[in-house]
Amino acid sequence: MSDIFPKWTNKLPAYLLAAGAMMGTAVVAGVWYYFTPKYTRVGYQPIQPVSFSHHIHVEQLGMDCRYCHTGVEKSSHSNIPASTLCMNCHNQVLKEDPRLALVRESAATGKPIPWVWIHKTPDFVFFNHAVHVNRGISCVHCHGQINLMDEVQHAKPLSMAFCLDCHRNPEAFIRPPDQVFNLNWQPESQTKQLADGARLVREWRVEKLENCSACHR
Amino acid sequence: MQVSTQVEVPVPPPELARVPLVANNRPLGWISDAVARISEIKTPTWWWIAFGISFTMMLVCFAMIAYLMSTGVGVWGLGHPVMWGWAIVNFVWWIGIGHAGTLISAILFLLRQRWRTAVNRAAEAMTIFAVMCAGIFPVIHVGRIWLAWWLFPLPNANNIWPQFRSPLMWDVFAVSTYFTVSVLFWYLGLIPDLAVYRDRARTKVRQFLYGLFALGWTGSNRHWSNYEKAYLILAGLSTPLVLSVHSIVSLDFAVSQLPGWHTTIFPPYFVAGAIFSGFGMVLTLLIPIRKLCGLEDIITKRHVELMCKVTLATGSIVGYAYGMEVFIAWYSGNPYERYAFWNRAFGPYWWAYWIMIACNVVIPQLFWFRKVRQNMLVVWILSVLVNVGMWFERFVIVVTTLAREFLPANWGFYAPTWVDICTYLGTFGLFFTFFLLFMRFLPVIAIAEVKGVTPQADPHHPLGGAREGGHHG
Repeated sequence: MSDIFPKWTNKLPAYLLAAGAMMGTAVVAGVWYYFTPKYTRVGYQPIQPVSFSHHIHVEQLGMDCRYCHTGVEKSSHSNIPASTLCMNCHNQVLKEDPRLALVRESAATGKPIPWVWIHKTPDFVFFNHAVHVNRGISCVHCHGQINLMDEVQHAKPLSMAFCLDCHRNPEAFIRPPDQVFNLNWQPESQTKQLADGARLVREWRVEKLENCSACHR
Repeated sequence: MQVSTQVEVPVPPPELARVPLVANNRPLGWISDAVARISEIKTPTWWWIAFGISFTMMLVCFAMIAYLMSTGVGVWGLGHPVMWGWAIVNFVWWIGIGHAGTLISAILFLLRQRWRTAVNRAAEAMTIFAVMCAGIFPVIHVGRIWLAWWLFPLPNANNIWPQFRSPLMWDVFAVSTYFTVSVLFWYLGLIPDLAVYRDRARTKVRQFLYGLFALGWTGSNRHWSNYEKAYLILAGLSTPLVLSVHSIVSLDFAVSQLPGWHTTIFPPYFVAGAIFSGFGMVLTLLIPIRKLCGLEDIITKRHVELMCKVTLATGSIVGYAYGMEVFIAWYSGNPYERYAFWNRAFGPYWWAYWIMIACNVVIPQLFWFRKVRQNMLVVWILSVLVNVGMWFERFVIVVTTLAREFLPANWGFYAPTWVDICTYLGTFGLFFTFFLLFMRFLPVIAIAEVKGVTPQADPHHPLGGAREGGHHG
């Protein structure tokens, strides 16, 4: 019988196997890195219609989150303030500044400023701001250090795994209630965090809700 | 010194002589020629006609799936309370058919049933194509088909895993393992025969393709030794799968707590039913094939008879299981159980129940008669009816139980839509498209294995190598 395949083809299966293994690894690694919210969502930083700086308002002026986001302790939804609220100060401060033109117009006409929504959850996820901030979960856990951002960006993945990390282990995250809106607060040590966290979880009877209908209804 | 080449051949007394499995004393070369001929002659007209019909039906299947995907499962007849309809019926039916292949190739191999050699290749191919058809349904019935990968336990950004306590999850593993092992087993057995096709090839393309898949088989002793070992290992691996796959499919029902489903008899009864329907399908396929491809001397009437006997045995087990289900329903004293079985026989789906009883319990009993087993046309018709019955069995199980819940407020009636029907018929297109391609391009008979069970293969046989000086010399 004459040879149908040249001799080098004997090595082909090994090469194909190696190439397949490398391709497989590359695909898995690629999907792992590029197709998860850690990559697809973190870093999203759209240009807002008004260049509002949280950094200036919180760090320089010392404003509290709740001055503007008034509903966060009472409502499932953390509201974006109406532009009339901005005018409480800006009818005197930077009165004529062109950067605030849209705010003044909005306050005068009642037409909302078209802010770009950054932190979105899917519509089958029911996240309640009030229950979280009233039980020692700070803004910073999900939104990152907003107080240092000039232009807000998506700082945390907000994937389901991200939620479950805390839902399965709240001791590591729960902080004293008076520090919820202090975005610069750090626990003294990891041991103290776990001890205090465990105490708060016990005292408040925080349930480690992992059932589907805790978030999906 | 010249040693005498005369070897004494003991001749068994006539009453102990076995009837050769290959009829008419066909020589070894004839076997190769007869099988390889099928893919070497000009494509017969009947093949093109059959392929055209099958291919069209397969396209219908794909069109129905596209329609389902683009519109949603509402195009099926599903609705509260019957949320499992034809999709699950068809899944169980096809996967059941797939059981004969592995039984023939693995269990009958381990039991040294030499007649299996004539039928195992086609039965294994049937298994693979049937499992492919079966696999379509669970995937498309999930509704959001693009999320079907959630069936597999893959790490994901949701930090959740499939529910490992669910038999539906076990199904994923059972069926995918079964498919993988069946394909490996089938392909391993094909290698020596592909080498035969390669060596007979007249065109470069055939030589290349058969050569590629023959993996450089030369038929050396070392190749055969490795082959036999691998074959035995795969047979050992497949044997538990014959029993496990349909057991797990039955647990999809038995683990839930609905009257008519929640019974311990389900696993053995499903396995028996699966083998029953699988042999029905093997008969349905092989009776025309032996005629059309001129293989009557390899797949003899005796082979058909033996398969009829397996069908009779498994059909009787199924009949016993039906009887036992009814008995236990009465004996349990549970009104819901009793009602479930009364409803099956005399409720709105009574016709399905009695078709099932007629085809699965009564009809196989005809195989007690040698006259019936010897008549190929009759056997073929009965084998088709076996699978009609088995389809209705799954319909009865799935639909009658769901249509009658505990509370009459949850009662309903299920009817399929034209999409259900066309999808099911379309899977026949898929099945036969693959099977016809298999028939045309691959050896329908395991050539090497059939040669191994001929008298000529025995060196001590008068027709064997020993007569010419033999393997000792």
